[in-house]
Amino acid sequence: MEKTASETRLPQLVAEHPPRNPGMALDLDWVARVQANTSAIERRAKTLPGRRSVKKAHQAAWLLKAVSCIDLTTLSGDDTVGRVQRLCAKARQPVREDILEPLGMSGLTTGAVCVYHDMIAPAIDALQGSGIPVAAVSTGFPAGLSPLHLRIAEIEESVKAGAAEIDIVISRRHVLTQDWQALYEEMRAFRDACGDAHVKAILATGELGSLRNVARASLVCMMAGADFIKTSTGKESVNATLPVSLVMIRAIRDYLDATGYHVGYKPAGGISKAKDALIYLSLMKDELGVRWCQPDLFRFGASSLLGDIERQLEHHLTGAYSANHRHAMG
Amino acid sequence: MNVKEIFDTMDYGPAPEDAGPAMDWLDTHNRKFGHFIDGAFTKPGKIFDTQNPARGEVLAKISQGTQKDVDAAVAAARKAQPKWAKLSGFERARYLYAIARALQKHSRLFAVLETLDNGKPIRESRDIDIPLAQRHFYHHAGFAQLMASELPDRAPLGVCGQVIPWNFPLLMLAWKIAPALAMGNTVVLKPAEYTPLTALLFAEICAKVGLPKGVVNIVTGDGATGERIVEADVDKVAFTGSTSVGRRIREATAGSGKSLTLELGGKSPYIVFDDADLDSAVEGLVDAIWFNQGQVCCAGSRLLVQEGIAETFYAKLKARMDGLRIGDPLDKCIDIGAIIDPVQLETISALVANNSDGEIYQAGPAPAGCFYPPTLITGLTTSAKLMQEEIFGPVLVSTTFRTPAEVVEVANNTRYGLAATVWTENINLALDIAPKLVSGIVWINATNLMDAAAGFGGVRESGFGREGGWEGLSSYTKPKKQIKAPAQVKPFTGDGASGSPIDRTAKLYIGGKQARPDGGYSQMIYGPKGHALGEVSLANRKDIRNAVEAAQGAKGWSKTTGHLRAQILYYVAENLAARQDEFAARLKNMTGKSGMAEVQASLEALFTFAAWADKYDGQVHGVPIRGVALAMKEPVGVIGALCDDAAPLLGFVKPMAAAIAMGNRAVMVASEPFPLAATDLMQVLETSDVLAGVVNILTGSHGELAPHLAAHNDVDAVWSISSTPLANQIETASTGNLKRTWITNEPSDADLLRAATEVKNIWVPYGE
Repeated sequence: MEKTASETRLPQLVAEHPPRNPGMALDLDWVARVQANTSAIERRAKTLPGRRSVKKAHQAAWLLKAVSCIDLTTLSGDDTVGRVQRLCAKARQPVREDILEPLGMSGLTTGAVCVYHDMIAPAIDALQGSGIPVAAVSTGFPAGLSPLHLRIAEIEESVKAGAAEIDIVISRRHVLTQDWQALYEEMRAFRDACGDAHVKAILATGELGSLRNVARASLVCMMAGADFIKTSTGKESVNATLPVSLVMIRAIRDYLDATGYHVGYKPAGGISKAKDALIYLSLMKDELGVRWCQPDLFRFGASSLLGDIERQLEHHLTGAYSANHRHAMG
Repeated sequence: MNVKEIFDTMDYGPAPEDAGPAMDWLDTHNRKFGHFIDGAFTKPGKIFDTQNPARGEVLAKISQGTQKDVDAAVAAARKAQPKWAKLSGFERARYLYAIARALQKHSRLFAVLETLDNGKPIRESRDIDIPLAQRHFYHHAGFAQLMASELPDRAPLGVCGQVIPWNFPLLMLAWKIAPALAMGNTVVLKPAEYTPLTALLFAEICAKVGLPKGVVNIVTGDGATGERIVEADVDKVAFTGSTSVGRRIREATAGSGKSLTLELGGKSPYIVFDDADLDSAVEGLVDAIWFNQGQVCCAGSRLLVQEGIAETFYAKLKARMDGLRIGDPLDKCIDIGAIIDPVQLETISALVANNSDGEIYQAGPAPAGCFYPPTLITGLTTSAKLMQEEIFGPVLVSTTFRTPAEVVEVANNTRYGLAATVWTENINLALDIAPKLVSGIVWINATNLMDAAAGFGGVRESGFGREGGWEGLSSYTKPKKQIKAPAQVKPFTGDGASGSPIDRTAKLYIGGKQARPDGGYSQMIYGPKGHALGEVSLANRKDIRNAVEAAQGAKGWSKTTGHLRAQILYYVAENLAARQDEFAARLKNMTGKSGMAEVQASLEALFTFAAWADKYDGQVHGVPIRGVALAMKEPVGVIGALCDDAAPLLGFVKPMAAAIAMGNRAVMVASEPFPLAATDLMQVLETSDVLAGVVNILTGSHGELAPHLAAHNDVDAVWSISSTPLANQIETASTGNLKRTWITNEPSDADLLRAATEVKNIWVPYGE
C-alpha cells in the first residue's frame, strides 16, 4: 500500500525551518554602500574548486544532498501533461532504488518540480502524496515585461492552482537604471501576491551588467521580502556562475547578519556536472554554513545535472563508470 | 560515518593526495642523497635528516656540504661557465625550455614532494608553487633568447652562489636559477636544510634534459654550508631569507667585489579603506597571511583598517578564520598545513604568548603536532613589538587609521619595504596611495600576485635586487665593458703660500647654504706646481649628519615632475656655461690639464640627464592576469656619492645630475685631491633654482667620510666612484639599514640611471 505524505518522512527534510523573511524598509544607504570587486571575486571563485574536495562516501552523500536540492525543471513551449508526468515520476524516484537502498537513502526525492503555470495542476496530480512541492515560474517569465497587474494576477492564479513556490522575474531595467525604489516596490507587490507561497526572486544576473548591480539587486529583493534569490531564468546567455553566486551568497550573509533572517539561494542554468554541484555545495557550506546545504535554503535550478549525479553514484557503488541509458530519463 | 550520516552533517571527510609516487622516487635513491656536482650525484657524506613536518617522519638522509663539496661545485661551475656563456641565446633558451617542460611533465611529483618536505597544503604546491616555477623557466627561456638583441651591452657575471629558504623551495630555486642560466651564468645552489628534496629532484631533471655538466650544481647542507658558498670563489651571491642572515652575508662579502642581491624579510601592510569590497578584502587576507602558514616574506601581516569599518571587518574576518581547515597538508581540502619545523613553531608560539597587547582571536584548535592556528591580534598600536617584528607564521596583527595620509605614515613606519596591499574601490585613492608606500611591490585589490614577468623584491631592510621581469636581469649581468679601478689619485703638495689677493675659503654646501665645517678644520689645496690654490673645509661625521638631514628635508624634490627637474638641470648647464672659462681655468690650475673639454663634457652630462629626467619610463609588464603590473621607476631616496677623484668637475656633475634627474636628493663628497671645482659649483647651483637640500656638497677625506655615510640609517644608497678603495668599508658599514651600495668607476649613463632608481611593481587587476 502506498504511504501517505504524513507517513513518509523524506530523508532530506529538515526538522526546523527558520522564520520566513518578512523583509524590511528599503535602506538606500546600505544599498549604496555595497561593493563587489569583480576581479577579486573571480579569483576567489577560480580557486574554490581547488580548495575543496570530497571523496568516496562523502562524495556520495554530498551528491545525494545535491539531488535533494534540485528543482527538477521543465520550461519549454512544448511541455505537455505527459512530459510533466514523466518529470514528476523522476522527482519521486530521482535515483534508482537499487542505488539508494544500499546507501540508506530510500525515499529521497528532488527538492521540487518547477514548471510553467499551465503545468501546475498536472504536476500536483502527479506528485500527490510525495510531499514534493510544485514551483511555478511567473510574472511574465522569462522577460517579465508584461503589464504589472497581469504579472501580479499571474502569481495569484498560480498560488490558487496550488503552487507552493513562485519563481518571479524582476524588472532588469530597474536595476540598470538604479531605480531601487521601483525594484523594491515591485518585489513587495510580488511577495504580497504570493501569500503563503514562498517567493524566489530571479535576478537574471546575466543581464544586470555588473557584479555590483547583482549585489545591490540581491539586497533590495531581500529587503522586499524574497524567500530565495535566484540567479537566472535559464534563458539568458549567461546563467549561474561561481562569481555571481559568491556575490549573492555574500549578500545573503550580510542580510542575515543585519536582520537575523535566512534567505535561500538558487543558482539556475548551466550547472550540469556532478562536480559542479559539489563545488556549489562547498561554496554554500564555506560562505554561509552547513544550514544552507538544505533544500529549504538551497536549490539547484537544473535539468541535466541529475543524470550526471546518477552516473557518479552508480560508479561509487560499483567502481565502474556508468552510462546514461542505465538510468531512467526524466 | 555512513552515507546517511554524512548526508546530515555534510562533513568534508578526508581527501588525501597519494604520496606513493614521491615515496617511490625517494626509494630509488635509497632515501639517501649526495650533492649534485658536475652533472652527477656524489656519494652521500656526513648526513642529516629531512623530515615531513606534518607527521614528524624522516623522509630521507641528506648530505651536509663540506668545504670540499663547495669547492668541487664551484670548480665545476667555473669550468662550465665560459662554454655555457658562449652558447647562443637560442641554445640556452632551448635548455631552459626543456627544463620548464620537464617540470610540467612531472608537476605532480614535484608538488607532492614539496608538500611532504615542507608541510604546505598540496593545493598550494600543486596550484601555485610548481606552476609559478615552470612559468619562471619558460619566461626566462625567452630572456635567454633575447639577451643578445635586447641587452647587447651586458655580460654574464660568471659563477653564482645561491642560498634559498625553505618556504618556497622549488619556486625560490626557479627564481634563482632561471635568470642566472638565461644570462649565461652557472650556479651553485644550496637549498634550505629543511627542504632539500625538490632541488634534488630538479637536479635529476637537469641531468635528464642534458644540461651541460657543471651549469647547475646543488650542494645541500645547513647554514655552515651556506657560509662556505658565500665565501667561495663566486662572482655573485644571491640570497633569499631572513634579514639577520642577509646582514651577515653583506658583511661577509664586503669588499670582495662579489655582486650581491638580497631578498629578505617584511612586515607588509595590508590596507583596507572603508569603501572596499570588504568580503573580498577578507578573502585577500586568506591569501596574504594564511597562505603557506604565513611563512611568506611578502605576507600581508600588518592589517590596517579604516576606523569606521574596523569592527564590521574584524567580525567578517573572524568568521572567515573559523572556516579555514587546518591539518594534513597532503589533504586536498586543507587550507593551512604544518609549520616548517618545531623550532619555528616555538618561535611563533613564543612571540604570540609573550604579547600582552591588544586582543587575540584564534580559530582552531590546531591539531597536535607542528601546527599553529590562524591568529588575529587587533587593537595593537604602532609601537607594539608585534607590529614591528616579522613573525613568519599565520599571525595577523592589526590597527586602525583615520585618513589616507595617516595610513601612508603608519604603513611606512617600518624598517622593511617588501610589499603592500591596498583595498579600495576608488581608483583615485588607490593610485595616489600606491606610489607613496615604501615598498617594492604594491597590490591593488589583490594580494600575493607573483609572476616571472614582474620584478619581485624590496627596499629598505627587505633587501635589494629584483627577481623576475626585465628589471631582474641586471642582477645577473654586468656591463660588457669592464674598466679597471684606477690607481689612487694623490693630491699635489706645496709650500702653503696663497697666491690669491683675497682669501677665499670654500665652505660646505648644506641645505642650500654655505656652511662652515663642524670640526673647524680646513686644508690647503695645491696645484701641480705646488701653488696654494685655496683652502677647503674638512667635513666630519656631523657634517654628514647635517647634510643627510637637509637632503631628507628636501622630500618635495622627489614629487616634482620630470619636466621641472629637466628645466632645472638645463638651467644649471646654462649658468655653468656662462662661467665655463673660469671653471676651465680652475681645472687647469688644479690638475695641470686643460679643463675646457671637461667643462664641455659636464655641460653635456647635464643635458643628457635633463633629457632623461622625463623619459626614463617604467614599463607595463605583461602578467597573466586581467590587469596590469606597472613597473614604475622611483627615486631611491637620499644618495650619498663619493665622487671621481680624477675628473673634479665631470666626476661630480655626472652622478649628481643622474641622481637628481631621477628625483633623488644627493649628498656629494667632492673629489678628494681636487675639490675646488665642486665647491665653485655651489654658486652655480644657488643661482639655478636647485631646491635647498637637493644637492649637498661636502669636501674632505673619502676614507674618513665613507664609513659614516655608509652607516647612516637615513641614507638609502651610497655610490663610490672614488679612487680610494672603499668597497670594504662602505659595504661593511651599510648593513645597518641594508642600503644599496655601488662601487664603480667610469659608470655609463645607463648604469647611473639604473642605480638612481628602484623599480616598484604596482599590480592593478581590473574588471567590472
